[in-house]
Amino acid sequence: MSTLEIKGLHVEIEGKEILKGVDLTINTNEIHAVMGPNGTGKSTLASAIMGHPKYVVTAGTVTLDGEDVLEMEVDERAKAGLFLAMQYPSEISGVTNADFLRSAINSQREEGEEISLMKFIRELDSKMETLEMDQEMAQRYLNEGFSGGEKKRNEILQLMMLKPKFAILDEIDSGLDIDALKVVSKGVNEMRGENFGCLIITHYQRLLNYITPDHVHVMMQGRVVKSGGPELAQKLEAQGYDWIKEELGIEDETVGQEA
Amino acid sequence: MTVEMKLALTGEDVRSYSESNREPEWLAAKRSEAYQLAETLQLPKPDKTKIHNWNFTEFPVHAVHDEPLTGLAELPQEARALIDIENQKNIYVQRNNTPAYLKLSDELKEQGVILTDIFTAAREHSDLVQKYFMDDAVKVDEHKLTALHAAFMNGGVFVYVPKGVEVKEPVQVLFLHEGEEVSLFNHAIIVAEENSALTYVENYLSLSKDSKGLANIISEVIAKDGAKITYGAVDVLAEGFTSYINRRGVAGRDATIEWALGLMNDCDTIYENVTHLVGDGSVSHSKSVLVGRGTQKQNVTAKTVHWGKGAEGFILQHGVMKDEASTIFNGIGKIEHGASKSDAVQESRVLMLSEKARGDANPILLIDEDDVTAGHAASVGRVDPLQLYYLMSRGISRVEAERLIVHGFLAPVVSQLPIEGVKKQLSEVIERKVR
Repeated sequence: MSTLEIKGLHVEIEGKEILKGVDLTINTNEIHAVMGPNGTGKSTLASAIMGHPKYVVTAGTVTLDGEDVLEMEVDERAKAGLFLAMQYPSEISGVTNADFLRSAINSQREEGEEISLMKFIRELDSKMETLEMDQEMAQRYLNEGFSGGEKKRNEILQLMMLKPKFAILDEIDSGLDIDALKVVSKGVNEMRGENFGCLIITHYQRLLNYITPDHVHVMMQGRVVKSGGPELAQKLEAQGYDWIKEELGIEDETVGQEA
Repeated sequence: MTVEMKLALTGEDVRSYSESNREPEWLAAKRSEAYQLAETLQLPKPDKTKIHNWNFTEFPVHAVHDEPLTGLAELPQEARALIDIENQKNIYVQRNNTPAYLKLSDELKEQGVILTDIFTAAREHSDLVQKYFMDDAVKVDEHKLTALHAAFMNGGVFVYVPKGVEVKEPVQVLFLHEGEEVSLFNHAIIVAEENSALTYVENYLSLSKDSKGLANIISEVIAKDGAKITYGAVDVLAEGFTSYINRRGVAGRDATIEWALGLMNDCDTIYENVTHLVGDGSVSHSKSVLVGRGTQKQNVTAKTVHWGKGAEGFILQHGVMKDEASTIFNGIGKIEHGASKSDAVQESRVLMLSEKARGDANPILLIDEDDVTAGHAASVGRVDPLQLYYLMSRGISRVEAERLIVHGFLAPVVSQLPIEGVKKQLSEVIERKVR
């Protein structure tokens, strides 16, 4: 079993503090959902764990099986087993999706142990089929001219090909219609198992109809303010966030507003 | 006081060189006249690059003699890699100033296609060569370098495709440089008559690491009404050359000229790629990529001149600059009065890999007609940190991520080259130059 542990995490962007002490522990074989209204720091948490260049960690720790993640370069974090399905993945002209994926897979392997072309193609074909992606997507330039939905599927394709220990899905559901949502969920559910842990960041409960979380956390004002089981997500869907705000005496849940 | 630029050869030298080539009288006369002009004409003035201190006039030897090849297998590995020796049907190889190998399929010969070195062409197809040699596309008296080129021409190729003939397999041309003393004054004439089609791919390849010579190279590319010419080139000339490389096209009615130019010289170079869209409905795509390294200075001008109605001219220039290299990119769309419904678009982008490098991207629109569409985009910047972050977040190292981004940035030309060996070579040269 592997463990991703976030303790007292404080994060700034351009001098403004967004996260104000986040604590969260995720084990493999667990799916966690972080929910909360807009502007509460959910995506910042995802970006900070992966090492986005604009986010500065000012206090706290992130460890993966005891190893200090914050000390690692971005590529080392990936090699250690972290993956972030991004909300706004970059477009990279002139680099085909397939070439990129092969480079990524081979970067996790020793020299001389590279994946064979045949095996790679077989695996790519089968994952693309699961995600109902057109085969020609493999030869298109990475994310260039992809629709919003295509980009999301492509993120999940990478997840399935790279098989990380921990995946963070940053609003993977935004902009997806119900059919696409089902397809993406199918991909994530295929990953579920003893060697995989997942942190799903979402505004909406609807994604959680297809990927049932083991734990649900609510973020407000840059902190995790409430945690529970899947029933918490149900309650949020039915009643919204106001009851939590009342319970905790929060008037404005966004970052920068203190209770 | 005026500083006189001494020419390396005398008028008499030029005369006797013409005689030794048994050139027709019109050509010998044109070269003598060009020599006179070269003494008085000024150097061109490429925008934002000062070249008055560059040596364009002195060189060690005018022409050297090399042995022709008995077969392509004799070529050194580096050159052989460019050619699919078993399947390449139409090819011309020039070693320094010597025509070394020529092959043209019987089928094309029967259809009247001509592929030969420029001197043989001048002797055997004198009227045809006279019709196109520095008369329509490039003129002798444009400036000192065009005049010098005509006077000192010491090699080149002639390709002619008759009316209605579609050349399906690409014509490949290799200009090989070997030896410090060598200079290249190559002239290429490529003519596609009405409704014909041709794909032409040329390589300039230095087999020596250094040079003390000049490269003053001109291509004239003529696509008659309804013709289509695809012109691919990869230039890899050694450090030490001073280069002027001018590739110019003239497109007739509904004619198309596509350029894919890999500008990978290691020497100081002035590049010019102008397409005159003379006919109504003519089209040109000019794509060029360049890598500058060391202390190289280069200037790249791509220009479309719209004369015909509905003429479409697209320019893409992508440059990668490292070390202390400096390059000016000018992408110019010029729409003449009367060229209504024309479309001119330029995109010039420069990726800077070092603090000390310099890159300028200047898209320029000059429009003398109201009813047109035009647009341009330019950027100069470093590798996008978010692109790096994205690739690295998948486990790809910083170095490898940068490499992928740079290759991707230069892919527009790589992907267009129609000969597999040449495509691969350009990728490898890029790899070597950006490392």
